[in-house]
Amino acid sequence: MADLRPPAAPRRHLLSIADLERSDVERVLDTAQALAASLDREVKKLPTLRGRTVVNLFYESSTRTLASFELAAKRLSADTMSLRSSGSSVDKGESLKDTALTLAAYEPDVIVVRHPSIGAPQFVARLTDAHVVNAGDGKHQHPTQALLDLYTMRAALGRLDGLHVAIVGDVLHSRVARSLVQAIALVGGRTTLVGPPTLVPPGIQALGCEVSHDLGAITAADVVYVLRMQRERMGEAFVPSLREYTALYGITPERVRDGQVVMHPGPMNRGVEIDPRVADSPAALVTDQVRSGLVVRMAVLYDVLTVSAVEARAEAGVA
Amino acid sequence: MLVARNGSRDSLTLEGRVVAPAQAIDEPLRITVTDGVISTIEPGTANGLAISPAFVDPHVHLRTPGREDEETIRSGTEAAAAGGYCAILAMPNTEPVVDSAAVLGALVERARVEAVVPTGFMAAISKGQHGEELTEMAELAASGAAAFTDDGRPVVSAGLMRRALQYGGLTDLNIALHCEEPTLSRGGHIHEGVVSAELGIGPYPSTAESVMVERDLSLAAAEGRPIHLMHLSARESVAALEHALEAGVYATGEVTPHHLVLTDDAVRSLDPNTKMNPPLRAADDREALRDALRRGRISCIATDHAPHARHEKDVPFEEAPFGVTGLETAFAALHTHLVLPGILTLETLLERMSAGPARAFGLDEPRIAVGARANLVTLDLDGEWTVTEGGFRSLSANSWLLGETLTGHVVKTVADGRVVFDKVARA
Repeated sequence: MADLRPPAAPRRHLLSIADLERSDVERVLDTAQALAASLDREVKKLPTLRGRTVVNLFYESSTRTLASFELAAKRLSADTMSLRSSGSSVDKGESLKDTALTLAAYEPDVIVVRHPSIGAPQFVARLTDAHVVNAGDGKHQHPTQALLDLYTMRAALGRLDGLHVAIVGDVLHSRVARSLVQAIALVGGRTTLVGPPTLVPPGIQALGCEVSHDLGAITAADVVYVLRMQRERMGEAFVPSLREYTALYGITPERVRDGQVVMHPGPMNRGVEIDPRVADSPAALVTDQVRSGLVVRMAVLYDVLTVSAVEARAEAGVA
Repeated sequence: MLVARNGSRDSLTLEGRVVAPAQAIDEPLRITVTDGVISTIEPGTANGLAISPAFVDPHVHLRTPGREDEETIRSGTEAAAAGGYCAILAMPNTEPVVDSAAVLGALVERARVEAVVPTGFMAAISKGQHGEELTEMAELAASGAAAFTDDGRPVVSAGLMRRALQYGGLTDLNIALHCEEPTLSRGGHIHEGVVSAELGIGPYPSTAESVMVERDLSLAAAEGRPIHLMHLSARESVAALEHALEAGVYATGEVTPHHLVLTDDAVRSLDPNTKMNPPLRAADDREALRDALRRGRISCIATDHAPHARHEKDVPFEEAPFGVTGLETAFAALHTHLVLPGILTLETLLERMSAGPARAFGLDEPRIAVGARANLVTLDLDGEWTVTEGGFRSLSANSWLLGETLTGHVVKTVADGRVVFDKVARA
């Protein structure tokens, strides 16, 4: 079959955690940390990406991802515009191919893509010359979420190596879980997936994680990472009721051990997968995650634009 | 009933290593065809070419009527000729569905003008393939239907399936089944396993096929009627077929080149040309299919040639339709990937591409004998060629083999006494 993956230049795009090496992750996190200092200044804007254009192409609803990518680009002085599928030519039946080619005609430097289908960012990367950042494709990958989660964990716990993370909930439908399992393995951590058998897909261990259907398995973890329980799954009979799900897997104060931190990618269903008392407790890092999202996405934009440029110069012998 | 455009019968001589497994022939011979009939068979010399009974494909989508932009009877049968086929059976899941004598009659008329290779048209089991009411099977049989199938969709209702088997007994036609339990396959795009878990693509488990295979074998056994199981993909389905055959059920099975060569690992490329229904499965499923094919428990190789318009496949994986083309690449793909590495013998491959499917559907077996109508294919077993988008006679190019270099190609095809493909003459 034809190999449709874009040519291997892992840092030209950010498409999947699977494309990264440990040094890439550490570099992005370090860049994010350096950029975080700038956010404490009175004037928060940096001139780093002045004259660059970042297009956000979002085919799915999003609050924090889109907002943080927009703000990240603006904080780095890039020109930015955001296109949502509703209210655009996509409503008129335009294909992803034609939308991508249309945007490419404006010669953007970066296209940030969120799409309900796996591989859509790869597809855009193949069609355009822009650097492409995956902001979530189907149930496949959400690499900037995984990076911001690592950043949050490192900031809160001081290390990543040897960290044990329990991811609880609907793994089957979660691109967040898939990216995070790979990212944690990459930096030397360990993951246990916890959820009902209908929501943890057989074979997922191949990503480098353990699986348990018993919530007791979270006790040993340093981080309890709670996934959103999507209400629409009820109709598909993945679990008999939210009530029973909450009884078995809901994260209540009694189920969190002292010293554990609790994370959630948002949006939260308070009272379903996470008890409000946990969500509002000091152990919860949910707002830290949102803050991390901004600096990590700034770092990612910086990384795909400048690191690849540095490499290109090095290859050309200009250094 | 097979239909082709009328034309003269040809006279020609073919020489080379003749391999006709069904007749236990494997020696250099010279075959003379006079007015479309094999007139003499004499000792000949080996010249690097192999001659075999031409192929029969029991599973082709000609997309006509309705999607003539993807395939027509002419382009599809030209593709078949280039692939070495002397007979093909076309599926009825067209727009409109071939579910009445009127639609079938119009197709037969068109085939008399356009079909380069003799073509049989299957008719639907249920009206509109909705799975609710039986088609007028007796009238369809009398109008020339080659078999019955709702291919593209399963017969969901066990009750209707049973009635189809019972009422179908009024005809002597086979019933070919697309086995898929829709509540198990719903939302699925690829095999449920390590790859679907990792990529997060909706899973289509093996049981979606095997529970339907088991149901249909059970119904066929109870009604004492034959069935044909299409595009088998899962080892559990193969086990069910073997079990039924041992119990004396009259059932046949087919397998596609892509299920014999690829596994779901190929999906990691996210190439929409690795997306088909049923999906590519795991290595142990592929091994079970190969093993059953070797032992003749699966007796047919079928391409499930499914042309799709370029723009419909040029989309992200999950949005792409299921299906790949296969007529022009089947022999070369299987020769390259199974025969040359020693997984399957050339004899077995040729038998399962020709006599096997002909027998399953009650068609005349292509054979090499004096007095037989010439249905022959000449093969250059060493010839290498690269599959390219521009190289197809099919109107569509959604092949899983694009860019691959294959070993073995069809040199000449004689179908029903007529030369329908001649690579040398064409070049």
